[in-house]
Amino acid sequence: MAERDGGHRRPSRGRWAPYGLLAPGVIWLTLFFLVPLASLARMSLSSKQSRFDFVPSFSWDWANYGDVFSLYGTQLARSFGFALAATVLCLLIGYPLAYWVAVHGGRWRNVLIGLVVVPFFTSFLLRTISWTVLLADNATVVRAARGAGLLGVLRAAGLIDGDRLLDTPLAVIGGLTYNFLPFMILPIYVSLEKIDLRLLDAAADLYASGASTFRRVVFPLSLPGVFAGSLLTFIPASGDFVNAAFLGGTRSRMIGNVVQDRFLVQLDYPGAAAISLLLMAIITSAVLLYARLLGTEELA
Amino acid sequence: MRARLGHLALTAAALAGFAFLFLPIVVIVVFSFNQPVGRFNLVWHSFTLENWLHPFARADINATVWRSLRVAFVSMVAAGVMGTLVALALVRYRFRGGALVNLLLVLPLTTPEIVMGSSLALLFLDRGVERSFWTIAIAHTMFCVSFVAITVKARLRGFDWTLEDAAMDLGAGPWRTFSRITFPLILPGVLAAALLSFSLSIDDFIITFFVAGEGDTTFPLYVFGAFQRELAPQVNVISTALLLLSVGALVASVLYQRARLR
Repeated sequence: MAERDGGHRRPSRGRWAPYGLLAPGVIWLTLFFLVPLASLARMSLSSKQSRFDFVPSFSWDWANYGDVFSLYGTQLARSFGFALAATVLCLLIGYPLAYWVAVHGGRWRNVLIGLVVVPFFTSFLLRTISWTVLLADNATVVRAARGAGLLGVLRAAGLIDGDRLLDTPLAVIGGLTYNFLPFMILPIYVSLEKIDLRLLDAAADLYASGASTFRRVVFPLSLPGVFAGSLLTFIPASGDFVNAAFLGGTRSRMIGNVVQDRFLVQLDYPGAAAISLLLMAIITSAVLLYARLLGTEELA
Repeated sequence: MRARLGHLALTAAALAGFAFLFLPIVVIVVFSFNQPVGRFNLVWHSFTLENWLHPFARADINATVWRSLRVAFVSMVAAGVMGTLVALALVRYRFRGGALVNLLLVLPLTTPEIVMGSSLALLFLDRGVERSFWTIAIAHTMFCVSFVAITVKARLRGFDWTLEDAAMDLGAGPWRTFSRITFPLILPGVLAAALLSFSLSIDDFIITFFVAGEGDTTFPLYVFGAFQRELAPQVNVISTALLLLSVGALVASVLYQRARLR
């Protein structure tokens, strides 16, 4: 162990040791996370000089970026819209669940929160495919919704097209909500669990009602969890293409589908690179803005 | 009265949330007992135990599961070691550039997978690296390092480092101090992080989709392709079995911890 060299002379011990410990991980992340991003940036400014070039060459060609908005503005806006809707839904479903487990879970707390992680132990793709079974045209849920006239309401809201749930924007938003829900629940649970329950007693002693205790004490203390959970939901959801591929129709293609198609099918590397980088830039600015709004400076 | 109603509503909402989480899993398990008509195991036809009696009937599926397990194992070990060392450095020492390292760790978590996948694929393309089993392992190790380092770091906060000094004062050498004191104390955190990285790797689809070679199909890649070609019930059987195994491991570890606490 290099970091223990000269272990008996204390002062010199800590000098180079941390860098030795950091080196493998940091070098790995640099080589396979940062350097590829540089490749991506380079490629996004490249173009094919002639029709016979197989690999595009670097040429400060900004046209690829201009093309993104004109060609894929709809998909870009739709991705962020879907991701935002899924994040809000995750918060609405996940917060009560996390709160219930944290406050009323008692000695079953750990088991209950363990249950939240169980879906992770089956394939993410297979779970998404299961939704095609659950939302199929003659499935019980869909027939019940049709019978109750719910489909008409959803159609009026522009969330579905015809008389079905599958292959609609609603199905994609639902799929995204489902797939990233545990990422919302876990951080919220962690922040709620830390709250000293005696604070709630104190609030009650000071004649705060249940609602105002929640609003003035519990919710503010759980904000770091809400912040982390929202990011862990919104970011992967906005770049996802699996849910749109399995559950969506032509009217619900997301920016991830575009990147995948450009890159792996059409082999248009400059185009795909420009879209990827733009996606990352927008997300990073959104995250910073959100952090400013909530007043949380620390990300991790 | 109002408080009780509120409590009931909260409980109902939480239970509905759990039902939502488990509905697709019920479908996966139920359809592992289906005898499908045609190539797609997506419509219920009739009950059979046939699939469970022949879980390994499909050699092509088995090969992809085996490959996924190997990738997950390799990246778990590589990321486990590198991530733990990074976490130790961050918690144990004060040094210049710590904030920068923290930022580098968080970035892969706040970057959409599609960006990491496409950029890695471009890097391999640039350098003329053939996409293969190893490019998948390299990619998985990359995002797992971040998860391991952050998880272990969280576990190590509040760790009493004077124990190390005590061991040294009692004449233990540096290696002995590490193997007898430091390592056993950080082991639970490291194991939890390793399990996390194993499960992240084995289920990763988007990044793998970009960096896998032609013949190096992992289980998630197989399932994605199968949705267009054919979906054999063995996929459900293997998934259900893996689910039972991991839940079993989870339950066993909880019971073991309880027994040790007593």
